[in-house]
Amino acid sequence: MKRFIGFVRKEFYHIYRDKRSLFILFGMPIAQILLFGFAIANEINKVEIAFLDQAKDATTIEIINKMASSKYFSINRYLAAESEVEGVFKEGKVKAVINFEKDFGEKLVKRGKATIQLVADATDPNTANSITNYILSIVQQYNQSINLHQVGGPQVLTQTHMAFNPELKSVFMFVPGVMTIILMLVSAMMTSISIAKEKELGTMEILLVSPLKPFQVILGKVVPYILLSIINAIIIVLLSIFIFKMPVQGSLILLGTESVLFILTSLSLGILISTIAKTQQTAMMISLMGLMLPVILLSGFIFPIGSMPLPLQIISNIIPAKWFILIIKGIMLKGVGMAFIWKETLILIGMTLFFIGISTYKYKIRLE
Amino acid sequence: MKTIGYLIQKEFKQIFRNKGMLPIIFVLPIVQLLILSNAATYEVKDIKFGYIDVDRSSTSRALIEKFRSSAYFNLLAPYSSYKAAYAGMLQGKVNVIMEIPNNFERQLVNQEKTSLGLTVDAIDGAAAGVETAYIQQIVQEFNQGIALETSVSNKNRSGFAGLITIIPSYWYNSTLDYKTFMVPGILVLLVTMITLFLSGMNIVREKEIGTLEQINVTPIKKSQFIIGKLFPFWIIGLGLLTIGLVLAKLIFDIPLLGSLGTLYFYTTIYILVVLGIGLFISNFTETQQQAMFIAWFFMVIFILMSGLFTPIESMPQWAQMITTFNPIRYFVEVVRMVMLKGAGFSDILPQLWKTFVYAILVNGLAVYSYKKVN
Repeated sequence: MKRFIGFVRKEFYHIYRDKRSLFILFGMPIAQILLFGFAIANEINKVEIAFLDQAKDATTIEIINKMASSKYFSINRYLAAESEVEGVFKEGKVKAVINFEKDFGEKLVKRGKATIQLVADATDPNTANSITNYILSIVQQYNQSINLHQVGGPQVLTQTHMAFNPELKSVFMFVPGVMTIILMLVSAMMTSISIAKEKELGTMEILLVSPLKPFQVILGKVVPYILLSIINAIIIVLLSIFIFKMPVQGSLILLGTESVLFILTSLSLGILISTIAKTQQTAMMISLMGLMLPVILLSGFIFPIGSMPLPLQIISNIIPAKWFILIIKGIMLKGVGMAFIWKETLILIGMTLFFIGISTYKYKIRLE
Repeated sequence: MKTIGYLIQKEFKQIFRNKGMLPIIFVLPIVQLLILSNAATYEVKDIKFGYIDVDRSSTSRALIEKFRSSAYFNLLAPYSSYKAAYAGMLQGKVNVIMEIPNNFERQLVNQEKTSLGLTVDAIDGAAAGVETAYIQQIVQEFNQGIALETSVSNKNRSGFAGLITIIPSYWYNSTLDYKTFMVPGILVLLVTMITLFLSGMNIVREKEIGTLEQINVTPIKKSQFIIGKLFPFWIIGLGLLTIGLVLAKLIFDIPLLGSLGTLYFYTTIYILVVLGIGLFISNFTETQQQAMFIAWFFMVIFILMSGLFTPIESMPQWAQMITTFNPIRYFVEVVRMVMLKGAGFSDILPQLWKTFVYAILVNGLAVYSYKKVN
């Protein structure tokens, strides 16, 4: 035990001595969570649209005003002819053109029917889709307001309650994701690199001939990083509570325990990577190239998993980050307890044991 | 020239000798391109729709049928109480809860207004907005149905002022296929990541192992050394782009409306920017670990602020300012413009100029800060 403590102390010295890495380790997650918490949003907001108003009557002006006053759109310009649409899209600023047919108001009164053509720049289908939906709902409201029998007569109204996030803030969606990515990548990267480094520099042999048992060597490598990651997690949670006003509806203790569990999962993944990689370069490329995009895309951080094709939904199950994001959202936003997240917790525990199991199996005491 | 030739030869040998790295450089990005391009959709479908029908009338059933026939909703078995449905939402099994109140039918028959209770899981605010819009559309249709019935029975159309319909048309991507949008973007990310990580780690590795000193005592000039170091990665980046483009065409059938020449010309300059950043990182770090942390930091920022996954227009003004320093942003714009809109050389000039200036600045700084003496 005394030997082991000595070894852990050595690891701490290594980490503290490298001031630059230490600064990066703590400074960067903070910078990232601040940057992304404020900057990323998938809601469309003041999208620039253009109007092609061939009628220019009271009705079209009223509809244009309604669209312009919505928080989703801002008017970029008015076009004079349909031929201008292509040029406007090539320029790239305007995402949609709204085209009122000739004699719009007159047709609406006389025939009871008028059409608006919505031309969207669909190179970004996600934005195009949102634009269509918001324009549709604005026009529908207008329809409703002009049709008297709907105002006075029988009608179904809706009372919508936006659960867990009444103001529809994007931050609530993204902060748990950013927190997960930072913990996952930092923990996996740190351990995989520090073990691969000993191998590459040849000092691993020295450690292996020491009276320490191999698992103690690995454990000793991991302990300091567990502490560092916990500090990181605490800082991130504090930032999200005090700066982004994220509520913590559930228990803070549970949140802490689950975070430690996730840190252990990430660290054991790091150990697994280091047993495969011979050099620091390989270890880093695996943990960066192999983890970064899959974690960003398949964890439900930005894109809803439910909308992905079925094979990808199945693959997403092996991403530890997916389960942790579910857990954080559950505890912080929904205020649930263990009864609702035991499954996710068990999966994370299972993954951790699995990673450690394989690493012990693959771990070689002798170097080639 | 001959010296540079030998240096490049040495670098290539070192890259290809490391059998552990080869699959990471070439196979991993390709696999990711093929798999992950399918993941990036904001499309909201298969909405898990739970409902509580307290009224149990023919009208309430008609409304539920309307939801059942919609392609967007996946109707779950009816819940007996709001509490049960809410528990389902806490577990993540329900996205939307609709509660049809008692007296629903009677109020409508009596020409009164009636109100549906909706609860939407709004953690993903954007998805919640889309879900509400779908529900509103269905409820509106239902209302129009009722209005038609009552007006026919009353033989009274005086209150009907007409309906406006919208015909959407989607340019450049008529079926709203998001893969067309994502594949070029993800390809850009992968090319950038590989070149940045490799170049960022390369020189610092020699520093850490101590072989840099050996090179420093040779008569190789600073510029020769840097060109020799960076050229192989430049080739690898272009090679990766080529493989990715071929796969994009063969597997995803992504259109390529513009000219390949324009795209490659832009990419050659773009990769210089990335390599310059990598070299710069190399110069200011002592160990590979530090280099990687910094490269990782910039990469995450570049990726998430590139406008690839979330639109730049949605960001606050100051964040949009930051994106002007993001090289990936320009590459993503150019790739989309050239491949999907068929933009020509003159259309991408603004991005090309910025990238060009960026390349000169970054590389100038990197070469200036590189010292042969430790």
